[in-house]
This record gives sequence, C-alpha cells and structure tokens, in this order.
Amino acid sequence: MVVENDITIDALWKLLEQVPDPEIPVLSILDLGIVRDVKLQDGQVEIIITPTYSGCPAMDAISMDIRLKLIEHGYKNIKISSVLSPAWTTDWMTEEGKIKLNKYGIAPPKMSGDLSNSTPVCPQCNSADTKLLSQFGSTACKALYQCNDCKEPFDYFKCH
Amino acid sequence: MEQLINYILQLADSNLILTQRNAAWCGHGPILEQDIAITNITLDLIGQSRNFYQYAAKLINESTDTKVTEDSLAYLRTEREFKNLLLTEQENGDWAQTIVRQFFYSVYQYFLYEKMQHSRDEQLAGIAAKSLKEVTYHVTWSGEWVIRLGDGTAESKERIEKAIIELWPYTGEMFLPEAYEISMVSAGIAPDITLLKNEWYKKVTDIFEEATISLPKDGFMQTGGKNGVHTEKLGYILSDLQYLQRTYPNATW
Repeated sequence: MVVENDITIDALWKLLEQVPDPEIPVLSILDLGIVRDVKLQDGQVEIIITPTYSGCPAMDAISMDIRLKLIEHGYKNIKISSVLSPAWTTDWMTEEGKIKLNKYGIAPPKMSGDLSNSTPVCPQCNSADTKLLSQFGSTACKALYQCNDCKEPFDYFKCH
Repeated sequence: MEQLINYILQLADSNLILTQRNAAWCGHGPILEQDIAITNITLDLIGQSRNFYQYAAKLINESTDTKVTEDSLAYLRTEREFKNLLLTEQENGDWAQTIVRQFFYSVYQYFLYEKMQHSRDEQLAGIAAKSLKEVTYHVTWSGEWVIRLGDGTAESKERIEKAIIELWPYTGEMFLPEAYEISMVSAGIAPDITLLKNEWYKKVTDIFEEATISLPKDGFMQTGGKNGVHTEKLGYILSDLQYLQRTYPNATW
C-alpha cells in the first residue's frame, strides 16, 4: 500500500503495465499504446486514455480495470479521462507488444506508412503465402486471413 | 449554439438510425463472415454516434436549463426531432439493398469526415479524424460488394439495379444543406456539403463502372429528413428502438 505523498508518476506507469487488454490479454494497455498521459495534481491521479475504435466495447472495461488496479494499490482519488485527438493508430503499439501478439496467434499490424500489398505472415508457420478471408474479424480491430501453406485461419490486427 | 447542436444531432441521428437498421442483420447475414462484417461496421457507426451524442449533450446542458444525456437524446426524442438522412431509415430489403444503402452512406461519410477533420471545432475534428479510419474500411467493403453483385449473376445484377433505383431518390439530400448547416459552414465548423457532391459522384461512378452498372439519371430527390420530416418508416424504427425506455422509464441493465 502506498500513502498519497509517496505517489510517483513512474510507479503509476508500472502499475498500468499490469492492466491487460480485456480482449487480447497478452497485451497490456501500454503495449497497445492507448494510455496517453498520467498526471498527478493535488493528490489526484489522472489517467488519460484514447479509444482504439469508436465503438470498441472494451473501453468501458479498460477504464474499470485501471480504476480497480489503482484502488488495489491504495489509490483513492482517481480520474480517468478519454481523449479522441490525435486519433489512436496501431503505429503506437510497442515492438514488444507486436512480438507478444504474434506469439499469441494474431498477426501484428503493419506500419501505416507501409504501402506494400503484401499479406501478413502466418503466425503459426511463418509462411508469407496467405490470403484475406474477410476484412472484418472477431472484433472491430481484426481481419480474418488464412495461410495457404498450413491452411490455418488466423486473425490479423488491422493497420489503423 | 442551437445551430451547432442541430448540426451535431443530425450527424448522430443518421448514424444511429442506420445502426438500428443494420443491426437487424445480426444472425441473419448471408454467410458468417459477412454477418460479422455488417455488424462490425454497425459497431463503428454506433461508436461514432455516441461520440456525437455525448458532445451534443454536453453543449445542451451547458447552454440550457435542461439536463440530457447521450441516452435521452437517442431514446426520448420524437420522430419530428430526429434529423437523420432519409437514406438511413430506408428498409433493409435484400442484401443488395442493404449494400447499396451502406455504400452510398459510407462514401458520403468518407468525404464528409475527410473535410471535417480540419474543422475549427476541435471536438468535431477529433471525432471525424478517428471515424475516417473506420469509414475507409466500410467504403472498401461495401464497394467490393457492389462490384460482386453488379458483375455477378443475372439475378444479383437485377437485384442490385432494383436497389439502386429504390434508393437513388434519397441521395440528393446528402448534398442539400439546411439552414443550420449553412451557418456552420460560414463559421468554419462544417464542411460545405455541396462541394462533396462531385467527389461522391466520381467514386460511385468508378465503382459502378467496375460493377458494370450505370448511374441513374438525376431525377426527383426526396428531402426533409434533416429537418425532421421523415418517411413513414422512421416511426416504426423508433417504436422498436425506444420501446424499452418509453415503457419502463430509466430502466438500466
């Protein structure tokens, strides 16, 4: 437990690292790049987050999870705000996050400047020979692909 | 302020009503992947409309004595208060009609948001920049379906041509500004929709050409939706959408 005058911004970032994305639990919300800022003023902790997709149903759960994590560590005066601008982009996902995503079986997003027409590499067998099945997958942030070599269908985290 | 609020409500309402229409496909899509696609698009649309309603509610509460929320704006306004485009309230019909409606609307949204991201209103600019990324996918998806149906079988072509004729009279309204839109254009807040018309036509014509179908001749265009004068279909949509809050006021999950 911490007492309020011991709070540091660094400690808060470390705690946020422990909050997983509710839909892709191998990623923390820091890996996803949705935490914009952490502020401390007069004993109040403010966490500023940005939504991935406008209609992402995970956003409410994420706010709640952040709050619970902070409460669990003794914080009381917590404010969670959401900002839209500048709009979230998958370029903000950390390299470590992309590696974790791939291990989990989801092909990570390309960088937005990458204009090549190449399809994502299969996260199961690393083949580059893959095809699009559907532009829309199991959640708003994913598309569905299939590997032409191992035949496994897989999710691709859309470049956004 | 009232005109800005009307402008935002118009943006929110069009998305909400199309959301309600599209959501009826959930569990009924022609195949699983496309069922998921149309409902994912719908999720984006409801998310965008929530952003607009939350902003409208904030402005209404700051400038008047009333207390509204995003929910009360969606669930407790009457038909004449809704400002959605007539296009968005048209029936789902068959898959072809749903596709054409989505395609017309997504192309319009794309060019609208592309300009609106430079609005002098920071909140609208932020919502537009975020939504634009989502709508880009909607344009691609619905455009591919227009091509697939138009350049498909004799039956799919016949169906999509029928859908285009049915929905065409509701496209003119997108580019005819109401008084509140004109005042927002001069304030540097809203894009001038009359200027979007050419870009919209060009994109639609390009896709139609690839789909081997032709654009209908400019004919009589229906208007009124943006001022609360709707086709008879909206009443039925609202009675479904608002039933729970009207019957059990303030009910929550």
